[in-house]
Amino acid sequence: MALLLAGAFTMIVPFLWAISTSLKTEDAIYANPTDLVPRDPKTRQISIHWENYLKVWEKIPLRSYYMVSIIAAVAVTIGRVATSSLAAYAFARLEFPGRDKLFLLYLATMMIPAEVTMIPIFVLISKMHWMNTYYALILPGVFTAFGTFMLRQFFMTIPRGLEDAARVDGCSRLGIWWRVIIPLSVPALVTLTIFTFLGSWNDFMWPLIVTHTKDMFPIPVGLAQMQSDYQRELTLLMAASVQVLVPVFILFFACQKRVTEGIVMSGFGKF
Amino acid sequence: MKPSTARKLKEALTGYGFLSFNIVGFMAFTAIPVVFSLALSLYKYDNITPAKYVGLDNYKKLLGFHYESATEDEDAAPVDAATAGPASTGPQHLVANDPNFWHYLGNTLFMMLGLPLTMVGALILAMALNRGIHGRLVFRAIYYLPSISPIVALALVWVWVLNPTYGSLNGVLSSVPNWFIDQSNGVFGTNLTHVTWGPNWLGDLNWAKPAMIMIAIWGGIGGFTMLLYLAALQGIPGVYYEAASIDGASRWQQFRNITWPLLGPVNFFVIVMGVIAGFHAFDMQYVMTQGGPAGATTTIAYYIFNNAFSFSKMGYASAIAWVLFAIIFTLTLLQWRYRKKYTFQYD
Repeated sequence: MALLLAGAFTMIVPFLWAISTSLKTEDAIYANPTDLVPRDPKTRQISIHWENYLKVWEKIPLRSYYMVSIIAAVAVTIGRVATSSLAAYAFARLEFPGRDKLFLLYLATMMIPAEVTMIPIFVLISKMHWMNTYYALILPGVFTAFGTFMLRQFFMTIPRGLEDAARVDGCSRLGIWWRVIIPLSVPALVTLTIFTFLGSWNDFMWPLIVTHTKDMFPIPVGLAQMQSDYQRELTLLMAASVQVLVPVFILFFACQKRVTEGIVMSGFGKF
Repeated sequence: MKPSTARKLKEALTGYGFLSFNIVGFMAFTAIPVVFSLALSLYKYDNITPAKYVGLDNYKKLLGFHYESATEDEDAAPVDAATAGPASTGPQHLVANDPNFWHYLGNTLFMMLGLPLTMVGALILAMALNRGIHGRLVFRAIYYLPSISPIVALALVWVWVLNPTYGSLNGVLSSVPNWFIDQSNGVFGTNLTHVTWGPNWLGDLNWAKPAMIMIAIWGGIGGFTMLLYLAALQGIPGVYYEAASIDGASRWQQFRNITWPLLGPVNFFVIVMGVIAGFHAFDMQYVMTQGGPAGATTTIAYYIFNNAFSFSKMGYASAIAWVLFAIIFTLTLLQWRYRKKYTFQYD
């Protein structure tokens, strides 16, 4: 128990330090002694500077970064869940020539690291003149083999009898997909949704490659840009970082159970 | 009743219809790029001038070695004793054609050294959380936080934590001598002037990699690895332990002879996934050190990124990416082999 507490403290100390710094004045962060609670360096009184949080919004286009991140993440998520679940249904239930070969092709590409396809996709995007647009941020993220594979595995576990009953009642394939398969697959769909959203929200290398202007930067690229623009203004950097981290934390606490179950279920993790 | 041809045809068309959206995107953004990338690795290409076919030169440059003091075209023509001179003029060093690649490969492997520590920590955590203590959900959430956070934001925080003069880590380290002198100072209080006790973490050739390892452990200990261990521990039937304790097995013996062997497949899976993730490491290094100092934290993924998008050597970058694929593919195969061999059946 003591070990757990000590470990938990170590985990959050960097975050506390960031929050502490974000509430100080520029002088106070260089003060000696170093304080965890923000104090005025001269009078030693506790002085908390919330205004840093507002200043960030004036100095960097954080609103724009948020908008780009939200639009891209929502679009990627909807696109991936919709197209993957349609394709997964075809692979799980329908008979058509070449089905198993195609599925094998999907599986085979799952092992290929993103670094391999990144360069040709970059060439494609630049030839289509899609550089620095939402197309570049969204389209490559939508069509992954992983989503299709995961949902197909889940759909295979749904009893066929339910579908047959619906077919006898004259339901079309699309109707079955929408009224039988989708409602029964909510846990798998939620897992895929959360992972896709988090993955897109946190993605760094790809947006770094395809965006060039601040109005197209998603949050991670915007933060990295801020680091080079305001290297010395640590209070603002930390205020920005905290404001980026907090929404993710809230989202995580709201659906902790799903996230943790989903990680084990899909065998997928970042670290 | 056999389905009629018309019905079969209808089902096939429905199947293609369901697949259509996904397959177009999959072809455009996965399947064709894979083929294109393999082709690109045989070319010299900068995305502006036309590509030039160079055969396996990219791979030769990447993986090959040559003798430093030997003549350049020793492969092409047999060395002529009269013109090339005696071989004993100087010691011949075997030198990599691209020393950077091996340096960065070494960096990438070195920065994976935290993995065993992460695993030990994650297992201890999982075992503690598996006891059903109070507030386990809160603990699990706290330990999991770094795994869901944008790495860039974490990196910014860590750059500041590791600041050699004003950062909190060296602040704590500097206050350690004070604890023995003046107890009235808090943990973060120190009466020393900012002469700090502690390394220049990210700026020091020898400390940058350990700093990265430290952050990887911090970030990884409560994440995916811990959750996998937790799931595995919960999957071990309690009767095993009951039987063992009736036989008088100590806690350590129970761990050694029941828990540890049953965790075998998870351990291997975690190692493989950790190593694969290690090869992809980029975000932290880009934000915290830009691969420095002197390339000490540049990873393979970072080298691919630099070659493709900073030096415009897209063919060469593709070749490195395929070498990376070969490494990851081998590891995945190993994992499949091992998994098949060590799948336990509980009854």
